Amino acid sequence: MAAGRNDIRTYRGFGTVTYLCLFILYAPLIVVAVYSFNASRSITIWEGVSLAWYRDVFTGPESAKFKQAAINSFSIAAIAATLSTMIALSAATALVRGGRFGLRTLSFGLISLPLMVPEIVTAVATLIFFSAIGFTRGYLTILAAHIAFCIPFAYMPISARMQGIEESYEQAAMDLYATRGQAFRRVLLPMMMPGIVSGFLLAFIISLDDFIITNFVKGAGVETLPTAIFGAVKQGIRPNIMAISTMLLAVSILMVTISYFVSKSDDAR
Amino acid sequence: MAGGGGTGGGVSASTYAGLRYWLLLPSWLVLGFIVLAPVGVMLIYSFLTKEFRGGVIWEFTLDAYDQFFFDRGLFGDEPPKIEWTYILIFWRSIWQAGAATLLALVIGFPTAYFIATRPERVRPIWVFLITIPYWVNLLIRTVSMKFLLRDQGPLNDFLIWTGLIDTPIHVINTDVAVQIGLFYSYLPFMVLPIYAAVERYDFALSEAAADLYATKWVALRRVLLPSVRPGVIAGCILVYVPSLGAFLAPDLLGGAKNFMIGSLIEEQFKGNAGNWPFGAAASMILLTMVMIILLLFARQQARAEREG
Amino acid sequence: MKNWITTTATALAIALGASVASAEEELVVYHWFEYIPQELLDKFTAETGIKVTMDTYDSNEAMLASLKAGGMGTYDVAVPGDYMVKIMTNEGMLDTIAEGELKNKGNIMEQWLDVPFDPGRKHSIPYQWGSTSFMVNRDVYKGDINTLAILFDPPAELSGKINMLDSQGEVMLLASLYLGIPQCSTDRAQLKALNDMLLKAKQHWASFNSDTAKEVLVSGDVAVGMIWNGFGAKAREEGANVEYAYPREGFNVWMDNVVLLKDAPHRANALKFMDFLLEPENMAAVTNYARYAAGVKGVEPYLDPVLATMPEQNPPEGAKGVFIEVCDEAVQKVYDQIWTNVKK
Repeated sequence: MAAGRNDIRTYRGFGTVTYLCLFILYAPLIVVAVYSFNASRSITIWEGVSLAWYRDVFTGPESAKFKQAAINSFSIAAIAATLSTMIALSAATALVRGGRFGLRTLSFGLISLPLMVPEIVTAVATLIFFSAIGFTRGYLTILAAHIAFCIPFAYMPISARMQGIEESYEQAAMDLYATRGQAFRRVLLPMMMPGIVSGFLLAFIISLDDFIITNFVKGAGVETLPTAIFGAVKQGIRPNIMAISTMLLAVSILMVTISYFVSKSDDAR
Repeated sequence: MAGGGGTGGGVSASTYAGLRYWLLLPSWLVLGFIVLAPVGVMLIYSFLTKEFRGGVIWEFTLDAYDQFFFDRGLFGDEPPKIEWTYILIFWRSIWQAGAATLLALVIGFPTAYFIATRPERVRPIWVFLITIPYWVNLLIRTVSMKFLLRDQGPLNDFLIWTGLIDTPIHVINTDVAVQIGLFYSYLPFMVLPIYAAVERYDFALSEAAADLYATKWVALRRVLLPSVRPGVIAGCILVYVPSLGAFLAPDLLGGAKNFMIGSLIEEQFKGNAGNWPFGAAASMILLTMVMIILLLFARQQARAEREG
Repeated sequence: MKNWITTTATALAIALGASVASAEEELVVYHWFEYIPQELLDKFTAETGIKVTMDTYDSNEAMLASLKAGGMGTYDVAVPGDYMVKIMTNEGMLDTIAEGELKNKGNIMEQWLDVPFDPGRKHSIPYQWGSTSFMVNRDVYKGDINTLAILFDPPAELSGKINMLDSQGEVMLLASLYLGIPQCSTDRAQLKALNDMLLKAKQHWASFNSDTAKEVLVSGDVAVGMIWNGFGAKAREEGANVEYAYPREGFNVWMDNVVLLKDAPHRANALKFMDFLLEPENMAAVTNYARYAAGVKGVEPYLDPVLATMPEQNPPEGAKGVFIEVCDEAVQKVYDQIWTNVKK
């Protein structure tokens, strides 16, 4: 693309801000990564390079717990983000493309409700509610709670995107004898993709990071990564936790890098 | 309304009008069951008598709201005056969250714009890059952020080394640290919705504006911004509203010397106070306040659309 | 994609499997974060064949809230602090251990047998005990540190460099000791004085923080930090030139206890677990891990030798440790009001 100075699309300084933004996001993680190789237990004092904490993650007495917690966390985040994105997409279609109707404001209020209630209140109230109706706490109660509070995070980008797409595209498709379903799948959905991906990713990280609600609704014996590592962090981050975080980070960056090169070779073909 | 788009005016989109209740059903079911019902529990609790050390006694009372709005002195037997304590705590949270949102917007908008103008192939990669740090637990990220910002921390050391400053900038345990904590907790929630909106933007509009001798910045303000407004609003909601109730990051960085709404409510359930009805009442007041803000916002939005 | 489906399927299988597995011998423990070594739990399982499931909390009050909100009946034992044992007893949340049900009860140290929060140990056994005081960075301040004035009316060089624990009970206790007034005082003048003193003292404090209480001392961000003794020992071991104070006005002593919960689904196993913990060798393993002190006789041979000489672990002769008292509702209400005044 032409990124000339007079290109209407380029604003001077926006690139700099972006790199600043990346720096802000990643700087604390660089600290974590560096100190995960620290021989000492401390985050403030450097005592030489060591891989001891990485060994500890795989062979330490808690390795089984962390592995299970990671499986739980990622499966819950994946399922919760997928379902809440689907629910949010469906709700956004109704609220953005469904005309004016009485329950619209109310529905929007309901969707934003999980944002407005402080987590500890949701946590205690949900626990009271679940035990009142006789739910046994466990994997499924965590999943249910996560699906619910991920919905607004998925909804906002999806709805913002849909508002930017003129309805005339679908109308045109339907004028050309596409059914409403076809118009949705073939016309609206592809245009919606950036919004859907954004919504999914936000829901995913919200679920992956949740501690307060999860800790109340999880019940005994089911751990997610935040609940498994929370104590270790409260006592001053233990280096094995930094090692786990660093590996998470490395794996995800590796995935992105691979996808970058795959897409590049697709282009080359 | 922010989420609905064009509540007030313009041509109402309605391709799916016939299906709208079916499309809304899943969200009603899930949210009604898992969120609305517990909120109902809390609403009821806010009108019940507090049980000492947590829990409630099933007797109706307005004590919780009375405690919020009226000051009856240290021993609770003076004639009631207006209680400013909690209003002050709410006000503090409102403006701290506002400052954090503004900060997120100032950093987030250019970032989102920049990503949206990259070649299509690399855009998803940028989007991932923005969210990946959030795969690491918030507590860990915040503790290392605190390490970075310390008076003798790497950031101050670096700035002194470059000669930009002579003495360390004191950030930890200040209001600015609270704002940084909130800003840092929710940054991607600003970037991604704006990205989703800008990505859709038709740059021919900006070019048309330029042809009419608008400067680039005028084009940005008058042409781009209005058409990506839903994204900006969505981002602001996702940063502002959770910031109001957040406490972990702001407390860790800001020193927790002063209650935020979130820590005040947390204290009622997890601290010594054990005053559930008061915690519930404070949550309900917060909820009402946010609802009113969103509604006023939506009305103004609708008016703007009618006029514009 | 396929992997993802496998993961999901595995996770669901685990979720559903959890209810099937309950047929075998089990024990459900509600415990603090990071307070028992995994090896010890594994040892218990190896010895008894009882599978231990553990759930964790980060404050006495959070545990109480969760149990009150519907957690009763799912856990067998919990590990509340001293005053919380009393509160839970008052709430009727604890089951009584009949005489003779614990064969190792005789191992409990004399001084911890008849404690004010559980006279005669009818509901609990000692787990670990320790103290809450504060540490001072000796590079910054070389004067006398064994006074609570360091926290509440500090010398100029320490003002603005103090971190307090974000914990109402412990701050209120130390403040009362400093003023020389009884805990849970009902005297209005004394309560007023407590309120005013704390408001004044707050100006000298940099932060309230429990989570990074150790870090801020090690990094030198603060010169004085309120801290638990075992946690403080770790700060010193990490290289900070800090000293643990034993203020002559008094300091907080606390004890965590394993309690038998009412409606415990596996009561017999819970008792086995308590007996297991009362074995000196096992309790010593907890002490070596947590760096606090055991309340069980005969642990010495198994202890890490460092503990015997650790200054944080060995108060000087005549040091005055005080348990937190459980205030009645009226006084607690005033305490809450004072705490809100301090933090508003």
